[in-house]
Amino acid sequence: MLSANYGTDPLLRRPFSFHRRLGKDFQILYRVLGKLTHILKDKKTRDIVEIMGPLGNGFPAAKTKEKPILVAGGLGVAPLFALAETVAGENPIFFLGAKNKEEVLCIDELKSIGINTIISTDNGTLGQKGLITHIVKKFLTRNASHITDYRLYACGPKPMLKNLSRLTKKIRLKGYIALEENMACGMGACLSCVVNTRKGLKRVCKEGPVFPMGEIIWER
Amino acid sequence: MGKINLSVNLGKLKLKNPVITASGTFGYGDEYSEFVDLNNLGAVVTKGISIKPMKGNPTPRICETPCGLLNSIGLQNIGLETFIREKIPYLKRFDTKIIANILGSSVEEYTELAEKLEEAGVDAVELNVSCPNVKRGGIIFGTNKKALEELIGQVKKKTSLPIITKLSPNVANIKEFAEIAEGAGSDIISLINTITGMSIDVRTRRPRLANITGGLSGPAVKPVAVRMVWECHKAVLIPIIGMGGIISAEDALEFILAGASAVAVGTANFVNPKATQDILDGIRSFMIEEGISNISGITGGLRC
Repeated sequence: MLSANYGTDPLLRRPFSFHRRLGKDFQILYRVLGKLTHILKDKKTRDIVEIMGPLGNGFPAAKTKEKPILVAGGLGVAPLFALAETVAGENPIFFLGAKNKEEVLCIDELKSIGINTIISTDNGTLGQKGLITHIVKKFLTRNASHITDYRLYACGPKPMLKNLSRLTKKIRLKGYIALEENMACGMGACLSCVVNTRKGLKRVCKEGPVFPMGEIIWER
Repeated sequence: MGKINLSVNLGKLKLKNPVITASGTFGYGDEYSEFVDLNNLGAVVTKGISIKPMKGNPTPRICETPCGLLNSIGLQNIGLETFIREKIPYLKRFDTKIIANILGSSVEEYTELAEKLEEAGVDAVELNVSCPNVKRGGIIFGTNKKALEELIGQVKKKTSLPIITKLSPNVANIKEFAEIAEGAGSDIISLINTITGMSIDVRTRRPRLANITGGLSGPAVKPVAVRMVWECHKAVLIPIIGMGGIISAEDALEFILAGASAVAVGTANFVNPKATQDILDGIRSFMIEEGISNISGITGGLRC
C-alpha cells in the first residue's frame, strides 16, 4: 500500500505489486491513471513515498517439476515479471498480451533474463493478433496430451482470468491467479476487496492476492 | 503543571482516554494489534455484529471521492457466535473497553444481541441504527423516531450495559433523534454515521459502487459532523461520542470543543493504521501546550 502525498486528496493508499528486484531496491510498475499515479509520475530520484508492506501472499515459488506458463494481460505483467525472474531457470513460457503495441510492456526486460515470450495484441500491432487467452488456449490444446507437465500463473483483467479459469478447469491444468480489487486498508480490516471463493469470502489483501485458479467463484 | 488527566466518563462507561475506534474501520481489533497497542485506546468499537453472519454487498464496495471514501461494504460480519467465541476473548486480553456495535432487522434481534453480549462480557453496546447500505438493516430504526424510541426502550429493558445509539446524519434534523434517544434511555449517543452518497464513472456511465449508493466518510464529511455534534450537544444532556473525518488531534479537538466527550477515529485507520495512537499523542501535547489538565473540562468549550 503506497502513499505519495501527505494530504487528504488522494486520501487512501493504493495497492501495488512488487515488479522487479534490483539488489536491495525494488520497482513497481504502474499506469498513470488517477490522482495518486499522477503525483507519482512527477516524483524525482530521492523523493520519498511511504509504503506499508509487504502485505498478503505471493505466487508459490517453490520449484516443481512442472513447467511454468505465465500469462499476463496488460498491466498484469507487473507481478508476473517478478515471478518470471524467480522461475527463469525452469524454462518458462511467458504469454504477454495487451490492447496494442504501445501497451506491451517489459519485452526487453523479459528478453534480458532469457524468457521465451509470446506476444499478442488485440489490434495486431505487435505479435499475433487476438486475445492472449486464445493464444494460450491454442498452445494448451496442442499440448493437451501432456498437460500435467505444466503449471499456469496469470494476472490481468477479470474477463481474461475468468476465461483462463474456465479453460484450465476443463483441461485440469493447475494454476494460480493474482487478483486486483479496490482496497482501503490493505490489512484485512475494511472488507472492501473480498472475493467469492469455494471456501467462502476471502480478502484479496490478506488471503490473496494470489489464489488457486479453481478456487474463485466468478460472477455470471 | 500537574498531571494530565485524559480519562472521560460517558455516564457509567468510564474510558481511560477519549480516543476510540469507529465501528467498521478497525475490524475486530486483532487486525490492528501489530500497529497499535490496544491497551492505549479508550475503547475498541468492533465491526457491526448481527446474529447470523452476513456476506455484505457485491464489489466494488468502495471508491474514493475528493478527501473522502464512499463505501457500501454492507455489514459483512462473522456473526454473534463466532464473535463471542473468537474475538471477545482476544480483546479481553487488553486493558481497554470493548464496545460491540450491533445491528438487526427486528427489535428482538437487537435485544438478543445485547443480552448475549452482556453475558459474554463486553462493556457497552452501540446500536447501529444508521448504516445506509443495507435495506433490512438498522437504518429503518435510525430514520424513524417511533421505531427508534421503541428499539432503545426494549434494549434498555433487557440489558444493564451502557447503550450507545449511533445516529444517522441522513435525516432532516438530527437533534430530534438525539432527543428521542435520550428520552428512550440511551446512555450515550454517537455521531455521525456515513452520509449517503454516490459517484459515477462518466466514461462507462455506471455507478462506481456495485450497490450504486454508499456512505461517505473521511475528511470531506468533517464539517458536517462537527456541526451535528454541536447541535446535539445543545439539545441533550447525555454524553456524545463524536466522529466523522477525524485524522488528526486537531480534528478530534474540534469535536470535543463542539460537545463530544469522546471521539472515534474511522477512515483514518485505513490511511494510517497508527492513527488512533497519533491522535492520542497529539491531544496530550495540545493539553500540555494549552495548560489543560483535564480533557473532560473542554468538552463543549466552544466560544461563540
